[in-house]
Parts: sequence; structure tokens; C-alpha cells
Amino acid sequence: MQIHLKESITRESMMGLFKANRSSLFAGDSPELSEIREKAYQSFLLLGFPDTKMESWRHTDIRESLAKEYDYYFHPPADVDAQRVFRCNIPHLDTAIIGQLNGWYVSKDVPLMELGNGMVMGSLAEAKKKYPALVEKYYGSIVDDSSEGLTALNTAFAMDGVFIYVPDDVKSPKPVQLINVIHHDENIFLQSRNLIVVGNNARLSLVHCDDSYNHQSSFSNIVTEISVGDHASLDHYKLQNLNNDTTLISSVCFRMGPSANLESHYLSFNGGLLRNNIRVLFNGPGGNANIYGLYLMDRKQHIDNHIFVDHAFPECTSNETFKGILDDQAHGVFNGHVMVRRNAVKTDAHQRNKNILLTDTAKINSKPFLEIYNDDVKCAHGSTTGQLDQESMFYLRQRGIGEESARMLLMYAFADEIVGKIAIPQLRQRIEDMVKKRLQGGLQICEQCVLHCSTPEHPMEFDIDLSKI
Amino acid sequence: MLLSVKNLHASIHGKEILKGVNLEVDQGEIHAIMGPNGTGKSTLASVIAGREVFEITSGEILYKGKDLQKLSVEERAREGIFMGFQYPVEIPGVSITNFMRTALNEIRKYSGLDALSGGEFLKLMEEKKKLVEITSNLTNRSVNEGFSGGEKKKNEIFQMAILEPMLAILDETDSGLDIDALRIVANGVNKLRRPDNAFVVITHYQRLLDYIVPDFVHVLFEGRIVKSGGKELAFELEEKGYDWIKKEQEA
Repeated sequence: MQIHLKESITRESMMGLFKANRSSLFAGDSPELSEIREKAYQSFLLLGFPDTKMESWRHTDIRESLAKEYDYYFHPPADVDAQRVFRCNIPHLDTAIIGQLNGWYVSKDVPLMELGNGMVMGSLAEAKKKYPALVEKYYGSIVDDSSEGLTALNTAFAMDGVFIYVPDDVKSPKPVQLINVIHHDENIFLQSRNLIVVGNNARLSLVHCDDSYNHQSSFSNIVTEISVGDHASLDHYKLQNLNNDTTLISSVCFRMGPSANLESHYLSFNGGLLRNNIRVLFNGPGGNANIYGLYLMDRKQHIDNHIFVDHAFPECTSNETFKGILDDQAHGVFNGHVMVRRNAVKTDAHQRNKNILLTDTAKINSKPFLEIYNDDVKCAHGSTTGQLDQESMFYLRQRGIGEESARMLLMYAFADEIVGKIAIPQLRQRIEDMVKKRLQGGLQICEQCVLHCSTPEHPMEFDIDLSKI
Repeated sequence: MLLSVKNLHASIHGKEILKGVNLEVDQGEIHAIMGPNGTGKSTLASVIAGREVFEITSGEILYKGKDLQKLSVEERAREGIFMGFQYPVEIPGVSITNFMRTALNEIRKYSGLDALSGGEFLKLMEEKKKLVEITSNLTNRSVNEGFSGGEKKKNEIFQMAILEPMLAILDETDSGLDIDALRIVANGVNKLRRPDNAFVVITHYQRLLDYIVPDFVHVLFEGRIVKSGGKELAFELEEKGYDWIKKEQEA
């Protein structure tokens, strides 16, 4: 049943929606999952929507996004031409593709794929039915519904999303690419939920794309829970290229087992209002998390990266490097909070946020923050904001490079530190292209998904050579 | 005349630094500009290169008969003006290869020449590396990032060798160099000398001029060239010090 929310998104309209659709919402839940949903709903009623009076939402105002009218669905879209929506073509990037349309898993008759190596990928709704014990072991335990209203709201309403399970000791042979396309003729509000479990000593490379497909307004409140097992390794990419009328609240929570390793890359190229909640909990000693971010925003776009790293166990290392270029009236927020708990000795934590503001009207609120409760730690944080370096500009121009090319070269060099961390060569190449295109102002939302920006037959032309020969 | 500086007055943030500089440089010549610190040597180099923070309040600079004030920084560079920086800038993320290939091809385009291919450019780089005795693979590193003082200055000469300017202004390229690096830098300049190009070497000390023999030596003092002569002027300065000039000026 399709519901058109005649009123804007409010606590009251959500209550009405929840009550009216109880049977649909709870239909796929085991008693355990029902309890989680019910508790989350109660939690949302207490917390409500965040507002700018709250410290963690001080610089991100979602009122305007909430005030629009949206469609809401309690069932998957019918008759999806998956071929058309999900033709993804990074040349030579051999990935297993999982498609989502408006948050719903898009199956081609196979709601859940079970691979020979024991990996399971597909619809979370289906996984709840088929692997209830596995889902219940993790679902709702990695996020904290009691502190974030939007996360609680997601847990209360989420019906589907993606489920990926990599069993112990299994190394996923190729990257898994999760593509969530937002495409609808009317404004749409969606709340999908993903659960990703990387078993002990297992390995997964996950490319997670958020894209919009047309220029319709959307409000996405997406929560992803990720468990990285003992000695497991996850290479995670989040690509965001959404239209200017998109509001995306993406909450990704990682729970890291002993000696688990995480590389996470947040690459944000377009979007109306983007909020990335990134939570990393070290749930055992010896873990390592590197989180990189690159955001290139212009016009009135808004990007807010909120990172919380919880060093709850000894001998873990974390490193956050976020870099942004903001043009026009774009507004960036960086909030990095590292918590080092009393017992977390030998913690090594670093935070770095660097910004280039291209105009006087672009704005950044940067707040790296360390909260440390023991003295056997190595921690550092820093934040810089500036214009393009005039000395460097003069140097490049003195060698004959034109002003516009010099600007491009410096911006590209600035971004390259983050792009260079991408471990999948084909993806790195494609992101390099996208960054070039974006910095030239050429990358709007693409005709189809983010990865169609250039095709092998039509390689990106760039007026100065930025390739390393 | 390749370069003609006439009664040049220039200021920065309202403070006048150059107070009527006159200088003529012709093809095939090497000029040395000496003088105490803070008298405007670097300002003169910057103004010729077109650094926008300086304002020319009167006078003119003609280069190949053209009024330089009408040309942007990059146009001057494409016309063949090269400035060796006293403090070369570190640019993380931009490789020297990429930087120099982009620069050379922009200059070639300006002169109506075809761009060099990747292979042709690499060959040229290898050839020019030898000229400044660069043996390390610094060409794949970011521009000047993590370079020692000597490496940075060698890198300036290396860039000059690739771009083959008509007029090179070397701003205290000798400062902070040990004797070996000094010799390499000077050798580079000597090898690049041609009948049709010219060098203006700015230096505080006479020792560079043991290796690069100038045709003319000028003393810049309090924003003006107060003394010009042949290479023997450099020795006289070394012997008598800049106090000699100061006293002469006060007299």
C-alpha cells in the first residue's frame, strides 16, 4: 500500500503511520525482532527528530527537509526494470552487484543468493525468514536506538534492505557492490536497513553507492549495521552522488572484533543535504580503523560528517582524515569525536580535517575532539581551513600553467591524498575521473548511476594532463 | 634589448620597495645583482615575474619590446621568463613529472608547437636530470615535498633546463647550498647558457660568482641600483663589504 503523507514528516505523522501499518511492519518479525522494533518506536517517541538545539545537530538543520510532503511505501516497488536501473559499468571492475531501489532489495526471482563459499547476500527481509538466528544475533545490537531519534525511527520502520554474510575464514573473492538507487515520480521518504556480517578471519570489500536517478525530492534515513569479526578485514567505500533535492541521513555503525581491520572511504560528490553518522566501536583489543573522507560541494549543498570512534579496548588504532573543497554557498560540517576509555591503554588515535573554501560564502564548521580517560595513549588532532595557497598558485603560473589549470591542479592534488587510498585500482581510476569532472563543475547527477559518468567508449577529456605517466 | 627596466617604482601594501630601478639585459649576457638584505633584490625578481601583490607605481618593464605589465604571470612565463625561487614551494600531490609536462606543453602550445608525448617527455626529463646531476628518482615525488634545501634548488635548475627560458632570474639560488650543490647549480646554469638567452643572478654573496662568471655586476641598495660594473665589482664588494656602499651613499 502506498501512503501519501499529506502532512510533513513529524513525530505525530510518524505515530499515525506506525499505528496504521502495524501489521505490515511486524509481519516479518520474529518475537525478538518485534521487541526491538517496539522498543525503538518507544525510543523515537521520547527522542523525536533532532533539531539545532542539540549539540550534534547544531549546524545541520533538517526542518526544511522534513517539511516537504513525501510518498511512503510498505511494500517493494513492482515491475522494476533492474537491467535499466543497475547497469553499472566500471570497466574491468568485477563485482557482485546487489541492487536496491528506493531502499528495497531488487531481486530477480532470487531474494537471497547463497554462494558456494557460504556467503549469503540479498534481501534483509528474506534473511529474517531464512536465517533468523543469524540476523537476531546482530540486528539492532550495533546501533544505539536510545540516543539518536532518527536511528530509532529507522529501527521502528525498516522493513527491508541488504543483508550480507561472510562466514568465518572466507575471503570474498570479489568486491560486493551495493547500489541504492532513488528513483520515483513523486517525492519519497525511505528508511532502509542493511546488516553486514564479516565473520572471524574473513575478508570483504564493499562498495556502497547512494545515487539518485531523477530530480525528485527524497528523504532517506538509512541505517547500516556492520560487524567486523576477530582478525577480519573490511574495505568499505561509500559513494554519494545525489541530486540537490536529496536529504540523506546515512548512519553506518561498525563493531570491530579483536584485531579487526577497517578501511572506510567516504566520497561525497553531490547531494542536497548529506549527513554521515559514522560510528566505530572497538569491541576487542588490537583493532585498527582508517576512515577517509572527501567531499566536494557547491551551490547550496550541505555535508555533515559526524564520526564517533569509541576506543573501549586497549591497543587499537584509529585514523580519520577528511578533506573537503567547498564552493559557492556550500556548507560543510566535520565533527570527529574520539573517546578513549579508561582501560584503553596504548590507544593510537589521529584526526585530521582539512578544508579549502573557494568563496567567501562557503562555510565549514570543523570540530575534531578527543576525550581521553587514560594517559598511556598517542592522540593528535588538527583542522585547517583556507583558500587555495597563493604561493603555490604563483609557482605553478610562473612555470606557464594558466590560472584555471593551476587551480584545478591544486584542488586535484588536495583531493588526491584521499583518492590515493582507494585500494581497488579500477575504482580508483573511476573516482579520479569523477573528481576531475566534479572539480570542473561537470559532474551533476548522472543520467544513471554515479558510475556511469564516463564510459570506456567516451573517456573523460581533461584539458590538462593529471595522469602520472 | 631583451629586458629593459626603466625608472621602476614598486610597492607592497603601500610601502615603496623599488625606488627607480634601471636595468638593461641583452641576449647572451649574465648579470649579477648584489646587495645587502632587504634592499629589494627579491622584489625586483617578483615584479618582473608578475607577482600580483606588488604594485608598480611608476616606470616600466619592457621585455622583447613588450610592456610586461600587460601580461599575466603565466603569459610572461610562456614568453620565456623563468624565475628561480629563493624558497621553492612544496606542492603535495602534484608530481614533478606531471607538473613539468603540463607546464612545458602549455608553453609549447603558446608558441604554436605540438605537445610532447609521454614518451618524448620522459626522454627529455632523463636528459635534463643529468645536467643537474639528479640521480635519485625524485621525478616521481611530489613537487619539492620533503626535499632538502639543496634538492629544492637543484630542482629549480632542473625545471629551468626543461623549460629553456629566454630570461632566467635566479633569486638567491645559492643561499643555503653546500659547496657541492653550489657547483652543480652553477654548472647547470653554465651549460644552459646560449647566445640568445640571458640570466639575472641575484645573490648576497660573491662565492656563486666564482662559478658563474657575470658580464655585469649591479649593486642594489635601498631600492635603486647604485653601482654597476664588470665582474671585478663583485670582488671589490667581497673585500670591502656592503658598508662601503652604505658609506658611499651617505657621503
